Amino acid sequence: MNFQTTIGLEVHVELKTKSKIYSPSPVEYGDEPNLNTNVIDWGYPGTLPTLNKGVVRDGIMAGLALHANITHKMHFDRKNYFYPDNPKAYQITQSDTPIATDGWVEIEVNGKKKKIGIAEMHIEEDAGKNTHTGKYSYVDLNRQGTPLIEIVSKPDIASADEAVAYLEALRQRIQFTGISDVKMEEGSMRVDTNISIHPYGTDKLGTRTEMKNINSFNFVKNALEYEEKRQQQVILSGHSVVQETRRYDEPTKTTKEMRSKEGSDDYRYFPEPDIPPLDVSDDWINEIKEDMPEMPNSRRERYVNDLGLTKYDAEVLTQTKEMSDFFDEAVKLGGDPKRVANYLMNDVNSYLNDEQVDLQDTKLTPAHLAGMIKLITDGTISSKMAKKVFKGIIAGEDPAEYAKSHNLVQLSDPAQLQPIIDDVLANNQQSIVDFKNGKDRAVGYLVGQIMKQTHGKANPKIVNQLLMKSLQAK
Amino acid sequence: MAEKIDRQEVQHVADLAKLSFDDEALDKITPQLEEIIGLFTDLQKVDTDGVEPMYSPTTEVNVMREDKGVRSNQRDALLKNAPDTQDGLIKVPAIIDESEDGDK
Amino acid sequence: MSFYNTSISELHQQLVNGDVSATDLVKRAFDRIDETDDQVQAFLALNKEAALKRAAEIDKAGVADDQLLSGIPLAVKDNILTKGLTTTAASKILANFNPVYDATVVEKIKQAGAINVGKTNLDEFAMGSSTENSAFKTTHNPWNLTRVPGGSSGGSAAAVAAGDVLGAFGTDTGGSIRMPASFNGIVGMKPTYGRVSRWGVVAFGSSFDQVGWLTKSVKDNAILMQAISGLDKHDMTSADKEVPNWAAGLDDASVQGLRIAVPEEYVSDKLDPDVREVIEAALKHYESLGATIDTVKMPHTKYGVPAYYILASSEASSNLQRYDGIRYGFRAKDAKNLEDVYVRSRTEGFGEEVKRRIMLGTFSLSAGFYDAYFNKAAKVRRLMANDFFNVLKDHDVIMGATGATTAFEIGSEVDDPTKMYFNDTLTVPVNMAGLPAMSVPAGFSKKDGMPVGLQIIGKQFDEQTLYDAAYVFEQTTDVHKRNPKLGGQD
Repeated sequence: MNFQTTIGLEVHVELKTKSKIYSPSPVEYGDEPNLNTNVIDWGYPGTLPTLNKGVVRDGIMAGLALHANITHKMHFDRKNYFYPDNPKAYQITQSDTPIATDGWVEIEVNGKKKKIGIAEMHIEEDAGKNTHTGKYSYVDLNRQGTPLIEIVSKPDIASADEAVAYLEALRQRIQFTGISDVKMEEGSMRVDTNISIHPYGTDKLGTRTEMKNINSFNFVKNALEYEEKRQQQVILSGHSVVQETRRYDEPTKTTKEMRSKEGSDDYRYFPEPDIPPLDVSDDWINEIKEDMPEMPNSRRERYVNDLGLTKYDAEVLTQTKEMSDFFDEAVKLGGDPKRVANYLMNDVNSYLNDEQVDLQDTKLTPAHLAGMIKLITDGTISSKMAKKVFKGIIAGEDPAEYAKSHNLVQLSDPAQLQPIIDDVLANNQQSIVDFKNGKDRAVGYLVGQIMKQTHGKANPKIVNQLLMKSLQAK
Repeated sequence: MAEKIDRQEVQHVADLAKLSFDDEALDKITPQLEEIIGLFTDLQKVDTDGVEPMYSPTTEVNVMREDKGVRSNQRDALLKNAPDTQDGLIKVPAIIDESEDGDK
Repeated sequence: MSFYNTSISELHQQLVNGDVSATDLVKRAFDRIDETDDQVQAFLALNKEAALKRAAEIDKAGVADDQLLSGIPLAVKDNILTKGLTTTAASKILANFNPVYDATVVEKIKQAGAINVGKTNLDEFAMGSSTENSAFKTTHNPWNLTRVPGGSSGGSAAAVAAGDVLGAFGTDTGGSIRMPASFNGIVGMKPTYGRVSRWGVVAFGSSFDQVGWLTKSVKDNAILMQAISGLDKHDMTSADKEVPNWAAGLDDASVQGLRIAVPEEYVSDKLDPDVREVIEAALKHYESLGATIDTVKMPHTKYGVPAYYILASSEASSNLQRYDGIRYGFRAKDAKNLEDVYVRSRTEGFGEEVKRRIMLGTFSLSAGFYDAYFNKAAKVRRLMANDFFNVLKDHDVIMGATGATTAFEIGSEVDDPTKMYFNDTLTVPVNMAGLPAMSVPAGFSKKDGMPVGLQIIGKQFDEQTLYDAAYVFEQTTDVHKRNPKLGGQD
């Protein structure tokens, strides 16, 4: 029997606003426990939410970035459940009226393009953090109220590879809006999955299992692939898949049953009476649309069609908005596109990898990179010298000044080079004879001698021209 | 639709609300709830076809706050009111069900 | 000495002239409380030290002409947060709760120089119509100590009726200001939903709750209401509407040509005949002053109680989930695990009526019942609001009884929740629609001599018309001149 797989993904993205969604407490990470909390975050008696306009704006922008329809009239709802990191014992979210609906992203798997639908998106609050140790749990409410966007896919995803491609597409597009860091390893992007299989040729979806909070793209892939196989085995052995929440276990690369909760959840959703409804105007949506940075696919097209980069280069450069912005800026400042791209993809990326930092954390500026590339293009420095100058610009130094102070300028002046060439020729008569006899190797040898004399600073192009002229004159 | 609420249903609702009623309390509250919910059931007589539900009488719309972070400096006072704390954290007896980590 | 037979304006003039000091007034309040509160039991906590300190500061600075509330002693219902002064909502679950911030309404009257003398008793979490649901004490009606003061703002109403203070805060979710005002022969105003900030007010039914005042006189009420009204950035449902000086024009107010609608349901034979007689006489009085009276039908009135108890209890069930023993308030001793903390703290911390409402609300929102109960009630709410809006299209105010009876005997209804709920039949519809409404003393029942309140309901944000109509009635009758015989001479 052949099976068809249906995967649904719920992705939570943490927004980078200055304040929380319903309270003015700052959104900051790594602070002392409970420092960024106030009476609202603690769910004190008598406190009321105040809606952060920035979150609504970001939610609309995310909707636009994912080609979704923005909801004009919306309200918030309460989702009721008790947990120590949920101080009001309800989460203010959106259930009736998601901020955006019916979007899509395009993915490409094995050369095949496919649109994955997005059913809806909500804005809501994050919970605090519980730490469990033995007999006690400890609650830190710093994260309580951090704004989240929940993005719910349509059941269009048919494989683990498609799931990862979808997540990557989502991550990129959201990252390019600038509203979130979307880093799974830091928890600013979190993924819940559900998966079911059913026999090919039938319509009815099978029983699904869920996995919550898987924290890397790789784990998502492994977990879904394992779960797909497990469900096939269950069915082929004559059993039924049980609807349950499972957990991905990385060491064994398997999924495991979680102790099922007694009774089913009943969140008793109802409209939040403390937040008046919103009626989002077209004007505001258009304003946000205009503020929205260019999306990665459009940048890639531009890089390939207008700047002559390869598709691969365009892909690499659009991994993050910062990289792509940096590239655009450096090109705008006169850097040769291909060279800028090569530097970013090679030297810069390996530096970032070695140092484990983000581009925006370095002192490198587009102006300095473009400046260095111009020095290469106009022959002031050699590619080899550029490797050294790069060390300067990555530390924030001006390329021209760095080259000068480190004596990294090519010798291009014929008036200075000619005497050296003459000298080398005078001392290597045999090479001249070899050249006359058609042994091209001789030229290489002579250039090497000239470079030696100039401690590698001679401009090879000029040296070549002058040397050939001198040889032919002999 | 249930016009009657029995002990089992009362018990279920109590579980949701994190309340417990012993047998004696159940004996008392069950008929009370039954009577009140019977009263609620009167509403079914009202024709509400096409009526938009009203969840609030507020006349406000599009009320929002500018995105500005303000640290409250209320932490110490808040921790002081907590029944149990340790190292700036709120301390609670552990959850038995380890499977739920509460992240939503 | 009580605060009978005086007013905020009069005390203010005395303070400005130096005839009396703020310290004198605060001492007078505490002396009167000493005299009456053993019998009345209106207060849960007194703010003696801080009040006297504040009074001394005011006396030192002097009271200027435009500081109308400076040095005036007032009382605060104990579901309104007062920084540094225990706020319990009359619940064991908040028995020792020390708020770290002031409610906006408290901050506003503090800014204005008024002095909080203490926190008044209420039905736990404002759930009740008799103040018998307090976890701490039962408040007695100053007119007859065997009777309830009404609820839930029973402590505030009794404190004003006993002459302890000129005004006390109330909150009104389904009648909790108007009912006790009616039972205690005083003035109670529940403003339009959104008129007053709810920040710092312990939430019960968020789409119903409003803060208002219980006062001896209409003018005092208008003065105090102006001081607490207006937009508050902490409460998104507070309205961005100009706050009028309601008291300013009262002396020129007239009811000539006032179009009064009287719903049949508000004067029906379901009313106690003695109450009905007083209300009908009051309406005749308005007519004699040139108002017109139309009898109208508000057919959905009878669904008010069930619809209200579904919606308000549903909101309450959610609002009260935060009392879980984790971050503040009562945590059950020796809880074994988290579930135990939750269930035992809540079961031991909440009283019977609160648990009943939580159960009703949780049930109404639970899977399978939401549409039949919560959402159905929300639709009925729309119909009820439309009833009001339609009548108020061609009437200025709606009038009728506040309650169907006078204050009942303590203990007579407390074990019959359904009967208790029906006391609110004539007050809850107003909260469903969010309209302003007040209760003014209309007279006394012939049978038991207890006060009867006339309810006046107005258009959204039109508190002025209510105050005008109430003031004219007050000034042209002697009803307000009677005071309970309590604590010896007045």
